[in-house]
Amino acid sequence: MSVSRFWRKIPQRYNLIGTRCTTCGRYFFPPRSLCPDCRRSGKIVDHKFNGEGTVVTYTVIRSASDQFENTTPYVLAVVELDEGPRLTTQIACPPEEAKIGMRVHSVFRRVAADGESGTIHYGTKFVPAE
Amino acid sequence: MRDVAVIGVGCTEFGEHWGTSFRDLFVKAGALALEDAGVTGENLDALYVGNMSAGRFVEQEHIGALIADYAGLATNHVPSTRVEAACASGGLAFRQAVIAVASGMEDIVVAAGVEKMTDVGTGASVDMLASAADREWEGFAGATFPGLYAMIATDYMHRYPLTREQLAEVAVKNHENGAKNPIAQFRNRITVDTVLNSSLVADPLRLFDCSPITDGAAAVVVVPLERAREFTDSPVRVLASAQASDTIALHDRRDISTLDASVAAGKRAFAQAGLAHRDIDMLEVHDCFTIAEICAIEDLGFCKKGEAGRLTAEGATALGGAIPVNTSGGLKACGHPVGATGIKQIYEIVSQLRGEATGRQVDAEIGMAHNVGGTGATVVVHILGA
Repeated sequence: MSVSRFWRKIPQRYNLIGTRCTTCGRYFFPPRSLCPDCRRSGKIVDHKFNGEGTVVTYTVIRSASDQFENTTPYVLAVVELDEGPRLTTQIACPPEEAKIGMRVHSVFRRVAADGESGTIHYGTKFVPAE
Repeated sequence: MRDVAVIGVGCTEFGEHWGTSFRDLFVKAGALALEDAGVTGENLDALYVGNMSAGRFVEQEHIGALIADYAGLATNHVPSTRVEAACASGGLAFRQAVIAVASGMEDIVVAAGVEKMTDVGTGASVDMLASAADREWEGFAGATFPGLYAMIATDYMHRYPLTREQLAEVAVKNHENGAKNPIAQFRNRITVDTVLNSSLVADPLRLFDCSPITDGAAAVVVVPLERAREFTDSPVRVLASAQASDTIALHDRRDISTLDASVAAGKRAFAQAGLAHRDIDMLEVHDCFTIAEICAIEDLGFCKKGEAGRLTAEGATALGGAIPVNTSGGLKACGHPVGATGIKQIYEIVSQLRGEATGRQVDAEIGMAHNVGGTGATVVVHILGA
């Protein structure tokens, strides 16, 4: 990933800054700049999510792309944030502990790196809430 | 709108073609299709080529022109267009060819698909295939393509009574069919134990739940139905051509285990053709993973949600079953050169409807093809009739 491509999403990736449509009240993470319900009549503003959510589904990645190969096995999940939207994220927990319906909250973690000397990608992962 | 017919088909063997280049694969499939159709290059009005990622697999873009050139069509300046919708690129190329002919703009058109995947390593391939999903918000987090379908499987098995063994039966059945298909990448039979003892890729999916990395190309020739008899005694009619979109990311879907784009495209196809499920004699569906075939059968409406695993284990989708599914061996056993798969599905259905599927022939007059891009962000459905 190019430096600028990573850099422009730092607030979103580090601090879970998504968006909200003030016309209909719907929350978006990953952020959207156009509300699919209100389209051009929707007004979009930034929104910081509180980072609490529930695991909707998950898997344990055993075979990954080169960037993630040295971190396998890892738990990948779809998490539904309490505000409504869903995102794809890693759950930092032992694979056997992952369960549908488990409560999780967000943490700041190293996600991947572009090779030995490239950008280190930090971002949001989740951990079990209890 | 004019009715459209397929008058010729061609397909390379699917597999690891170390000695054959991207362009050579395409030329071979194209030549087979033109020979089958009894047309020559000078007759062609246009080419539509499905290809997912030549730019990353072989560092070549501008595929339309490259293919026109190496097919010997550059000097007559035949228009050639690349079509891309990830793993649905082939189905979409066929649909573009059908639209071009139906509209009256073009008469004799080749729809093709090609992918050369083995020139990069497995890690790089996994990374490229993940770009069929949402790169920024799925891929960034470490989602692999098998991982996304694994999350569909986890959700599905949590909600419906699908057993791990029933899921394995999809791969067993598709290898059984692939064993009878001379172009298939894997022509070996496997058992449920083969699947259950293979290594985990992304829980609960194992290696034998996954379609392979494949090189291959396929091509078909379409013309207005009213001209089809000039070329062949056995034209195959295009009874429906439907397409639907959904969210690029799995996490944004209404329902993780239902591909709503499959539901929408399926309904549109049935409405266009004026047909019901009982009229369909065979299906080629997009089994990039075993769970995908289960979802496809259900989402297209051939049974209720939660039933396809049991029906598969009972043999309903086998060659002699009530509705044979993936007689070619599917993506699992025939192989999955991503851009070519959608055209190979048309190739298989045409072969079956013409009675030329030696060794795996089913009694069929009408077949349906179902081609998925990503985890269901694009779905293309075609119905063909003898």
